[in-house]
Amino acid sequence: MSTSMEAVASAARADAPPAILLDKVNKWYGAMHVLRDVSLNVALGERLVVCGPSGSGKSTLIRCINRLETHQEGSIKVDGIELSDDLRALDAIRREVGMVFQSFNLFPHLTILENCTLAPIWVRHMPKAEAEALAMQYLERVKIPEQAKKYPGQLSGGQQQRVAIARALCMKPKIMLFDEPTSALDPEMIKEVLETMVGLAETGMTMVCVTHEMGFARQVADRVVFMDRGEIVEQGAPNDVFENPRTDRLKLFLSQILRGH
Amino acid sequence: MSDAAIPSPARAAPITLVGPIAWVRTNLFSGWFSGLFSLLLLFLIVKWAMGFIEWGVINAVWSVPNNQTQACRELKGTGACWAVITEKHRFILFGTYPYEEQWRAFLSILIFIGLFIVSAQRVFWRKELGLVWVGALTAIGILMWGGVLGLNYVPQERWGGLVITLILATFGLAFAFPLSILVALGRRSKLPAIKALCVLYVELIRGVPLISLLFMASVMFPLFLPEGMNVDKLLRAQIAIILFAGAYLAEVVRGGLQTLPRGQYEAADALGLSYWAKTGLIILPQALRLVIPPLVNTFIGFFKDTSLVLIIGIFDLLTAGKTAIIEPAWQGFGIEVYLTVGFIYFCFCFAMSRYSQNLEAELNRHRVR
Amino acid sequence: MSQTSIDPRSLRAPPKRPIRLSWADERIRGIFWQLVVVGIVVAIVWWLWSNTVHNLEVRRIATGFGFLNREAGLPIAESLINYSPTNTYLRALLVGLLNTLKVAVVGIILATVFGTLIGIARLSKNWVLRTLSATYVEVIRDLPLLLQLLFWYAILQGLPGPRQALHPAEGLFLSNRGLKLPWIQWEGAHSLALVAFVLGAVITFFYRRQAIVRQMADGMPRATWPVALVCLAGLPLAAWAALGAPFTPDIPALRGFNFQGGLTLSPEYFALLAGLVMYTSGFIAEIVRAGIQAVPNGQREAAQALGLRPGAVLRLVVLPQALRVIVPPMTSQYLNITKNSSLAVAIGYQDIVSIANTTLNQTGQAIEGIAIIMLVYLTISLSISGFMNWYNARIALVER
Repeated sequence: MSTSMEAVASAARADAPPAILLDKVNKWYGAMHVLRDVSLNVALGERLVVCGPSGSGKSTLIRCINRLETHQEGSIKVDGIELSDDLRALDAIRREVGMVFQSFNLFPHLTILENCTLAPIWVRHMPKAEAEALAMQYLERVKIPEQAKKYPGQLSGGQQQRVAIARALCMKPKIMLFDEPTSALDPEMIKEVLETMVGLAETGMTMVCVTHEMGFARQVADRVVFMDRGEIVEQGAPNDVFENPRTDRLKLFLSQILRGH
Repeated sequence: MSDAAIPSPARAAPITLVGPIAWVRTNLFSGWFSGLFSLLLLFLIVKWAMGFIEWGVINAVWSVPNNQTQACRELKGTGACWAVITEKHRFILFGTYPYEEQWRAFLSILIFIGLFIVSAQRVFWRKELGLVWVGALTAIGILMWGGVLGLNYVPQERWGGLVITLILATFGLAFAFPLSILVALGRRSKLPAIKALCVLYVELIRGVPLISLLFMASVMFPLFLPEGMNVDKLLRAQIAIILFAGAYLAEVVRGGLQTLPRGQYEAADALGLSYWAKTGLIILPQALRLVIPPLVNTFIGFFKDTSLVLIIGIFDLLTAGKTAIIEPAWQGFGIEVYLTVGFIYFCFCFAMSRYSQNLEAELNRHRVR
Repeated sequence: MSQTSIDPRSLRAPPKRPIRLSWADERIRGIFWQLVVVGIVVAIVWWLWSNTVHNLEVRRIATGFGFLNREAGLPIAESLINYSPTNTYLRALLVGLLNTLKVAVVGIILATVFGTLIGIARLSKNWVLRTLSATYVEVIRDLPLLLQLLFWYAILQGLPGPRQALHPAEGLFLSNRGLKLPWIQWEGAHSLALVAFVLGAVITFFYRRQAIVRQMADGMPRATWPVALVCLAGLPLAAWAALGAPFTPDIPALRGFNFQGGLTLSPEYFALLAGLVMYTSGFIAEIVRAGIQAVPNGQREAAQALGLRPGAVLRLVVLPQALRVIVPPMTSQYLNITKNSSLAVAIGYQDIVSIANTTLNQTGQAIEGIAIIMLVYLTISLSISGFMNWYNARIALVER
C-alpha cells in the first residue's frame, strides 16, 4: 500500500522487484497433468497477457496465483510471500491480489455499492463511510456510479463486469488478475470492459490477464505468454509473438483465433 | 525454444493424487480426525449389521406349528419371530378377502403394478394412456367385486391389505389429478370469484392435517347426505383423499404454469387461440412436462399418507399388519410385522423416487441442449 | 427515429369501453361464468347444509358450543397445566393444544439440528459418512410416518419393565414406562437464571448490533465474545448464585415396581417425538443440502479472492444466499411437523386431535369437534404462512 501507483508507473520495469515468481509449478487434477513445470516471472508494474487454447491450463495458472487452486509441486511467490498452507500468508496475498472472473461472480443479494464495500469493511477494517466514498470513486472510474443502489441482477453483463473490476480495485490491490473477463459477454459489451481495463493499465497496475483479445494484448501488454497443454510454449513482446510465431502450436492457435474473428 | 514445438509428455501424477490409495486418502482419511471418524463409523456399521443378522437370521424362528408361539417367546427378543409373517402374510396382503378367491386380489395388485410401469414409460405418454387407465381400473373393479363372468360376489367390507392401499392411492391420483389442473388454472384465472374459490379450497385443505379430513369423512359426512342415502366408508375416505391430494397437486401444477415463460402465453394469444385451445394445446402440455418429477414426489407422499386410514379403521396394508398381531398368540411381534410392511412400502416408494430422479436428470439434460 | 416530439394522443386518458350486453363482450362472458360457478358451489353447500340441519333434528343431536363448559370427565395422562377429569371440556382441549405444541416445538428444534447435521454430512468429503447419511435420507423418506410411529411404539412396548430397565448411564432408564432422565428440583432461582439467560441473549444481540454500527463508523472490528460470555453465562450464574445457588439433583431411582423422581418422557410422547424428528430430519437434510449447493462455487471463490476469511465468507456471502433457498421449504416442513403431530391419536398420545375426537364421541357433536380441530390448525398454518410471505418478500433477490 505504501507504493503509490505513480511511483510504480515511473519505475523502470526491467529492474523492478518481481511481483509474482513461479518456479517449476506442477499441478494435477486427479491423474490429469494440468500445469507442467511452469516458471514465470512478473515484474512490478508489468502487464502480462496469457493466451492459449482452451484446456491449456491458463486459467488454472492464474487461479494458483491467489491460491483458489493449490499447486502440488514447485513454488509460487507473490509480493515476496511464499504460497503455502500458512493462512496468514494466504490472507496477506488475497489482500494484495484482486481478481476478476469470467462469470463476474457478483453477490446477487447485495447492492452494487455493498458488493464493493464488503471487503474494505470486513477485511481492511475501513469505516463504512470511507469505504462507500472509495467505492463511489471506483464506480465512477468504471463509469457506472448511477447504478450504485441497484442489484447485480438489474445490470447488463458489461456493467456487471465493470462492477466486478471496481469491487476488486476497492481493495487497492498491487496486482490484478483477469480470468477471461470478456468471454461471457455479448460483442457490444466487450468494448466497454476492455476500455476499463486499458484505463487501468495506464495507471501502472501490475496485471495478469487471461484473454483472447489480441487488440488489447497489442495495446497494453508488455509481454505475451502462450500456453498449451499445461506448459509455457512461447513468450515475448506482443508484436514479436503474434507476427513471428516460432512454434507450430502457436501458429495453429493464431490461425484459429484469426479465423474466429 | 525449438524443442518446445513438441509437447512434453505428461508426467504421471504422484501416487498421493491418483489411484485407489488416493481415493481412500481423500474419501476416508483426509486427516487424523477424518480417519478416526471413518474407522469408528465403519466399526459401528459392522457391529450393528452383525447384530441385525444375528437377530434377523441366525437366531430367528421361521415357522411354528399351529399358532404355538412358545418357541418365539423363549427367544426373549434375541431373535426375530418371522413365523408371524409365515403365518399371517396372506392376511397382511389380502385382509379378510375369501381365502380361495385371493388370487383375484393378487391379480389386481399385478394389474396395478403393470399400470404404473406402463405409465412410467415416456413412449406411452399419449392420449391412449387414459383409455388404458380406464380399462385397467375397470378390470380391477370386476376382479375385486365379482358377481359377473362366473366370479363370486365379494362385498367391499371384505377387501383389505395391499390392494386397498393401491386402490386408495391410484383412484385418488386418477381423480385428484384432473381436479388439480382445474383448480390450478382457476387460481391463475383473471375472474376474481373463481380465483377466490380456488384459493380458499387450496389453503383450507393445506392448512389442516389429513386426519381431520378423514374424521370428517367418517363421522361428519353421513350428516351431509339426505336421510336413507348412504355411502360406504371406503368411498368416503377415498373422497377425502382425493380432495386432499387435489389441493397439493394443484400447487405443483401451478408451479409449472408459473415457470412457463410469458412469451408462450403471448405467442398463443397472438395466434388468436381461444382460452381453452391455448390452455390445452400450448400451456398444459409444456407445464405438465415440467412438473412431472415434483408430481411423482407428491404422489409418493400421498401413497404413504393413505396409511392414515388406519385411524378411521379402514383395512389397508398397515391396518392389516397391525390387526395381524392383535390375536393374543401373536402379540408383541410388532417389530417383525412393521419391518415387513415397511419393506413393501419401501419397494413402491423407492422405485418411484428413483424413477423421478432419473426423469428429472433426463428432462434437465433435454433442456440444456 | 424522431422521438423528440411526443405524440399528443398518448397524453389522453384511455376511453372507457361501454359494457354491451352481448356474448361477444369478454367482461360479460367473465361475469356469466363466475355466476355459473359460484351458483353451483352455493347450491351444493346449501344442499349439504339443509341435509345436515334435517339430520341433526331427526337424530336429536345438540348444536352449538355449550358443551365446552360442561364437565369433561375424560382422564388425560400427561398435562403441562393442572387438570383433572372434573374440569371442563374447554380446559381439556387446552391441555390437548398444549400437548400438541409441546411435541411440535421440541420436534421442530430437534429435527432442525438433526436434519442440518445430516444435510451437511451428505456433502462431506468422508465417503462413509456421506453414504451413511444418503442411505438414511432415502430410507426414512420412503416409509410412511405412521408406520414409523407404530414401529417405535412397538419397540418401546417391547422393552422390559422398570425392574429390568435398560440402564445405559447413571440416572438414565429406558423401559416400557418410557424414558427417565436425571433432572434438578426446579426452584425460583432456576426460573430467574432462565430469565437472566434470555435477558443476556437480548443484550448480546443488541451489543453485537451496536458493535457493527460502530465498526461501520471507524472501521475497527470489535470482539463481541467477551460480552457474549458475560451475558450468556455470567448473568444466569449470578442470578442463580444470588438466590443461594440451590442445586438438588433429582435422579430417578427404582422404588418397588416403578421409578421415583427424575424427568419422564412417556412412551407415547417419546415414540411420537422420535418418529417425527427422524422422519422430518430426512426432508430437512435434503433442503439444507440443496440450499448449500444452490450457492454457486464462483460466489465462494469471489469472496475468497477479496480476502475474506472462511468464517466471513460463510456469514456474509454463502449463508444469506443459501437461506433464501432454505427458509421457504423449511417452513413448510415445520408446518408438516405440526400437522403430522396429529398422528399422536394412533399411539395414544393425547394431543388436540385425540382429545377433540374423544370429546366428539362423548358428546356426539361431530361438527363442532371437527371444527375445533380445523380451526386450531388453520390458525397455526395461516399465521405461519402469512409470516413466510412477508419474509420472502423481504429477502427476495432483485433482478431485471
